[in-house]
Amino acid sequence: MQQIVNFIVKYKYFLFFLLLELIALIFTVQSHSYHKSKFVNSANAITGGIYKRINSFKEYTNLKVYNQQLLDENTYLRNLLAQQPADSMLRLKKMIDTTKYFQQYSYLSAKVYRNDYHKKYNYLLVNKGSKQGVKPDQGVINGKGIIGITNTISKNYATVLSILNGNSKINVRLLNSYHFGTLEWDGKDYNVLQLVDLPIQATIKMGDTIITGGKSTIFPEGIPVGTILNFKKENNAYQYINVKLFNDMSAIGPVTIITNFDKEEIEALEETITK
Amino acid sequence: MNDVIKNTALFIGLVLVQVIVLNNILFWGYINPLPYILFVIIYPVKKDRGLFLLLSFLLGLCIDFFSDSGGVNAAATLFIAYIRLPLLKGLLRKPEIDFPVFTIFKLPFLRLLSFIAILTFVHHFILFGLEYFKLNMILTIFSKTFLTSIFTIILLILSLLFMDKNK
Repeated sequence: MQQIVNFIVKYKYFLFFLLLELIALIFTVQSHSYHKSKFVNSANAITGGIYKRINSFKEYTNLKVYNQQLLDENTYLRNLLAQQPADSMLRLKKMIDTTKYFQQYSYLSAKVYRNDYHKKYNYLLVNKGSKQGVKPDQGVINGKGIIGITNTISKNYATVLSILNGNSKINVRLLNSYHFGTLEWDGKDYNVLQLVDLPIQATIKMGDTIITGGKSTIFPEGIPVGTILNFKKENNAYQYINVKLFNDMSAIGPVTIITNFDKEEIEALEETITK
Repeated sequence: MNDVIKNTALFIGLVLVQVIVLNNILFWGYINPLPYILFVIIYPVKKDRGLFLLLSFLLGLCIDFFSDSGGVNAAATLFIAYIRLPLLKGLLRKPEIDFPVFTIFKLPFLRLLSFIAILTFVHHFILFGLEYFKLNMILTIFSKTFLTSIFTIILLILSLLFMDKNK
């Protein structure tokens, strides 16, 4: 007994160090896995509040870029509207009672308070949280493409698992054929992502457009992602396919959070299959 | 009492400067200097290390909270806090340190520089090693450690010079 006490007294700093280091390593391992309940996250009142203050200054430096992004998106949407028959707006008005019944997606605008792109596991912080109905695993996009998936949620803030994150896996497909693949990031260039698991039957060439596949409940089908930058075909398989994003991931301002009303139904259905 | 206020201010100040100013600075798009470890360098060297270890851990954890990085900053900062005393003894080639009168400002410049450089390299290596945590990324880890360390060391030396003059 005496020896144990002596041992503890002699090595008390070392033991204390080991204990704290163990805690830090547990947090690290937790952050490397795709968890939604991380203890260490920036979506709390203190860090969120400070980032809010910082952003209120930083916002001004990028206003021109953000305005252009929003203008581009507006023009794109107006062009879509212009392709509709002239009376479609009227028809929408008449159907107003039933629109909610058929509606699958709803969109919520948000501001990015913090945007990381130089690490391996990058996160964003946005200014909408559980008060505004944001839940984990919702898609986040802007006018030029996908940004990420909501991760941890607090009352007023949410962290977003960026597509520039080692854990991010997003279902995408080619625009001109229904071949699906997964979009990942190798941690090198923040505007170039990797398309993996694309079947060899898909014929691709440089400059082909990649869009979201709509196979997950997170992103609707057809959101633009990027174009194929280069690829290597060897041993009857694609060794690598690099995708250049339409977005500049270093300048992201206003974003949209997507709610999928059918998500719970689809997930409940999928659960019955796996059981 | 004066020491407590000074160290609290240093702690909060370093977290805020790191988060508000330095995390927005990216040299060449990906080098983010981390001079918040100044805390570990200038915290008074005392015989009782328990509080120092705890504060270093909390400092790293604060940075982690702000940057969603799990516990990598906490692990790295705690580690250099633990090796600080053995490292100082090794650099001074003395088995014991005269605790009440010792400050790192009294170190000759070259020894101070190697003290800072070793702590910074170790800290950054643990940080990026834990962040990437893959053997095939070892080159990225080394290059990031080396480049980031250079900027961190420059900032640390500048702030130490500034503090020395104000005394």
